[in-house]
Amino acid sequence: MIGVLALQGGVEEHMSALKKLGVEAKEVRTPEQLDGLKGLIIPGGESTTLRKLIGRFGLREKIIAEHKQGMALFGTCAGAIVLSKKIDGEKEFIPALEITAKRNSYGAQLDSFEAMLKIKGLEKEFPAVFIRAPEFLPPTNGVEVLAEFNKKPVLVKDGNVMLCSFHPELSQDLRIHELFLKIAKVY
Amino acid sequence: MGETKKGTYKLKTGLAQMLKGGVIMDVVNAEHAKIAENAGAVAVMALERVPSDIRKDGGVARMSDPKMIKEIMASVSIPVMAKVRIGHFVEAQILESLGVDYIDESEVLTPADESSHVNKGKFKIPFVCGATNLGEALRRINEGAAMIRTKGEAGTGNVVEAVRHCKNISSEIAALQKMDGKGLKKRAGEMRVPVNLVEEIKKLKKLPVVNFAAGGIATPADAAMMMQLGMDGVFVGSGIFKSSDPEKMAKAIVEATAQFNSPETIAKVSEGIGDAMKGLEIDKLETKMAKRGW
Repeated sequence: MIGVLALQGGVEEHMSALKKLGVEAKEVRTPEQLDGLKGLIIPGGESTTLRKLIGRFGLREKIIAEHKQGMALFGTCAGAIVLSKKIDGEKEFIPALEITAKRNSYGAQLDSFEAMLKIKGLEKEFPAVFIRAPEFLPPTNGVEVLAEFNKKPVLVKDGNVMLCSFHPELSQDLRIHELFLKIAKVY
Repeated sequence: MGETKKGTYKLKTGLAQMLKGGVIMDVVNAEHAKIAENAGAVAVMALERVPSDIRKDGGVARMSDPKMIKEIMASVSIPVMAKVRIGHFVEAQILESLGVDYIDESEVLTPADESSHVNKGKFKIPFVCGATNLGEALRRINEGAAMIRTKGEAGTGNVVEAVRHCKNISSEIAALQKMDGKGLKKRAGEMRVPVNLVEEIKKLKKLPVVNFAAGGIATPADAAMMMQLGMDGVFVGSGIFKSSDPEKMAKAIVEATAQFNSPETIAKVSEGIGDAMKGLEIDKLETKMAKRGW
């Protein structure tokens, strides 16, 4: 079973991608709903809102605990910010992957863009949608960069955590979700 | 440098999709904007006066001072929206040049054109527009709107009109399910939109863009009710900063919207948050803003 954190953001888009891939999935709004999940997706949305709601509803500690027990994590855009070790200058929130995310680094909505991406392990390019996207600083350790755009990492992976600065849930292309399902060992 | 596409309809509708489940709050200065952001708003709407003050003051309500909008943009990291008068394409050009994230072509301001709304497809910036029924929603989408909201009745603190508009749209979409090709064509004619748009709605069983509730939402329970009725998120205008304790009210509405299906949570967040804005009865209004636009 894969969970999609359903407090705010592009929840139904991820649910629909998982359904198309024939995977059991559920929306997660409470700590108890995290029990026994193989993987959790934190969707795109507003990262300040997501962090506040995750904290206020007691989900933060439980996500960290379940991840320690092996739950895989996948964050897209705002979700990736939530799971980054460092966010701008702020202290860590859920430090699942050793990377620094910079919010709104590409600018406001007028600077949002679509681009074709080469992704390690995928044969054809992926149509990526970047909306008020965050930027990852180049990682200094064992973090694997699966895709770059203009020489900046946009899809990164370490162990059973994968983060991307764009929105695969907005593309009608399921290959990045498939990658995550392999990481979570449900596919 | 990889090749990029900007200002596409996918990017416009995509930003609205990322606001789902969230609360967009009216703010009149940088201080309010910070309060909204700290409460967990997904975006703020920058305007000079909240709708209840516009209603009280009377006169012509226009786009806000660019200086104020820029100050608000500089004060928060969440998206900033701002309003233009219906049909006022130059106000829209100004907001696009300021680089706001979304434009609301809004009936809360005094309409500038009685025959045409802004041709929104021509802009790189996305637009949200109000609607009271399916025809209005589809005409705005056909003009290029990337997000729809109910008109409700702004500045009243009375949710009844938002509920009416939400239900109008869902029942009109439900009615399409029983129609054949001929019926859909007739319906498209009545609504003055292309038949392929109506066919798409029939297939999707919902609008092709995000649809938020707006106009009269004043309490956590109002917000959760609109979510349970199937709306994607809520706008709160006067409801926050005309309440007795805006910080608490803002936080409670955000939490009730996120946990809209949990009465226990809504009860808990509704405790001790002070008084909601006073509110007005629709029958006693001098101006019905929802009647503006067509």
